[in-house]
Amino acid sequence: MQLASMPFNEIRLDRMSRSFGALNALRDISLSIKKGEFIALLGPSGCGKSTALNCIAGLLSTTGGGIYIDDKRIDQFKPEDRGFGMVFQNYALFPHMSVRKNIGFGLKMRSRPKAEIDTKVDEALALVRLQGQAEKLPGQLSGGQQQRVAIARAIVIEPPLVLMDEPLSNLDAKLRLEMRAEIRRIHNQMKATTIYVTHDQDEALSLADRIVVLRDGAIRQVGTPHELYERPAHLDVAEFMGFRNRFAGKVVSRQGERATVSAGSFSVSGTVAEDLQPGESAVLAVRPDDVTLSDGAPGGVPVTVEAIEYRGREYVGIARTPDGVEIIFHADHAAAPGSTVSLSIDPARALVFAA
Amino acid sequence: MTSSTPQDTTSLRQKLALRGIDGVTLLVLPSVLFVLAIFIYPFIYGLLLSFAPIREGGMFANYITFFSDPYLYNTIAATLRLAVPVTLLSVFVAVPVAMRVRLVRRQRLLTTLLVLPITLGTVLVAQGMLNYLGPQGWFSRSLMLLHIISSPLKLTNNYWGVFLSLIITVFPFTFLLTLSYVTGIDPGLEKAAATHGASAWQRFRHVMLPLLVPGLAIAFCLTFVQAFAVFPSAVLLGAPSGPTRVISIAAAQAAFEQYDFTMASAIAMIMGVVQLCIVLIVLVVRNLFYRGATSGGKG
Repeated sequence: MQLASMPFNEIRLDRMSRSFGALNALRDISLSIKKGEFIALLGPSGCGKSTALNCIAGLLSTTGGGIYIDDKRIDQFKPEDRGFGMVFQNYALFPHMSVRKNIGFGLKMRSRPKAEIDTKVDEALALVRLQGQAEKLPGQLSGGQQQRVAIARAIVIEPPLVLMDEPLSNLDAKLRLEMRAEIRRIHNQMKATTIYVTHDQDEALSLADRIVVLRDGAIRQVGTPHELYERPAHLDVAEFMGFRNRFAGKVVSRQGERATVSAGSFSVSGTVAEDLQPGESAVLAVRPDDVTLSDGAPGGVPVTVEAIEYRGREYVGIARTPDGVEIIFHADHAAAPGSTVSLSIDPARALVFAA
Repeated sequence: MTSSTPQDTTSLRQKLALRGIDGVTLLVLPSVLFVLAIFIYPFIYGLLLSFAPIREGGMFANYITFFSDPYLYNTIAATLRLAVPVTLLSVFVAVPVAMRVRLVRRQRLLTTLLVLPITLGTVLVAQGMLNYLGPQGWFSRSLMLLHIISSPLKLTNNYWGVFLSLIITVFPFTFLLTLSYVTGIDPGLEKAAATHGASAWQRFRHVMLPLLVPGLAIAFCLTFVQAFAVFPSAVLLGAPSGPTRVISIAAAQAAFEQYDFTMASAIAMIMGVVQLCIVLIVLVVRNLFYRGATSGGKG
């Protein structure tokens, strides 16, 4: 199948906003999406990511800004006139229609000839590997199969844009991984421009070409998964990218990219993520993987081990500094709970943000 | 220790519990007694009474009389002529109204307004309609004043009087039932249909309606049974010896004018059978449609 129905170059959100009374659920969302791109909207619940998706789909009207396909403004269009495909969190399959009818729904609504519908539905069934289930009702399928039907239903109409609203959140962990790979495979094959809403950073990192991190209805950062993972621009984004250890303090010295933050009884060096000068309040954030037992090497943070877990290849421990700050660390050998050890933090991997 | 407890009593209790019967089940007894006393016993009494005619001609005499006298058997058609259009109209109007009302914020106010006719009762509605729609009522007089008509519209003491009063008393019930079915359908399905290109009419035709059919069949049956039992308005607003001589009038006349309770029972039985036939037809038709979950996700 080819997405030939509608040639276009980009979909553009121009200061798209939505308010509910006094509440600004979305503020000035501007983004341009290239044809074929896979965009993940990532954020905690309540950040406005589903609102954004519903506005793009036309299920919710915007209260400001515009949505464009190239130069055609579409934000006043009804959802049925936008021609997008959408995959819902709870699948929203039509319970009274067979899998075949569900998938063919969009084509039927477009009054395509029956032969064409049959061919396209067969192709879509093959794409999501559900050839044997075509005559079943959705209620007879498992959650993962239902979600495949929902995906097939959205892409069979060859839409310029496919919207996915947390499509994997109703699946169990194992199935979620499988379906994630499946969505990746389908996207690679179809090259359908996709906006994918999720609160799971692993999904966003593994699927997206670009990730848009939303917080409080506004865009915090846009970047490739690699950029966001290595260089989150905000503490919020860092939190999402697994920087679970945070030390609040003051910048005591700065040399180029390197800054040292004094946090109570100890000081740690890290790489500046925002422009900070000595004396300013700052937060140093670092992933548990980048905190290890220093085994007597100088310059470590002295801590008391509280708990340690065996994770197969390595150990993961929780320790506390004398000031009571909790640190999660990784270690290649066990440390006895209650013992005092020192932890070393890789300054190249620790980031310093403005507090 | 546990082996010393009497085996048979625990096992009986366990067996019952497995079938869902335990001490709480006893709470159903009062209602069973009630149903027996108020419904089952009178029904069987009436059934037997209808086969013990006071007239000559064996146990089926009442039924033979009914089906050989056009003045009697025509009441079936007269009642159907009222009940079927009233029911169809109520259901057909209730669906679009319910589709709209489910989106209204002040649903409760509207619902209260619509429920009022139920609480008023048929006699009060009939009384009001006689005053309002009668030959000297405001309705005709206003139309004459505006020179839209030259002589009073005849809207009472005929078929249309009964028809209108039935609609007024039956519609709120049909509407509330329909509203509950309409709101029971996952709103996500309509959104899904809309994003996949279905216009408002297509969404209704291909998604809402098929999912509503089972509920509408039930709404039809319950409305029909109510409308078929029409009595006060047929007498007060209709032509009880003419086109609105419904079957319940025939039964009332047999019982309270001819004092032939066996004949009245027979007519009541015939009435029940006719209702049952219509209800069965509707339920059979319903079975041809999808009857399952009305949500599109994991259940």
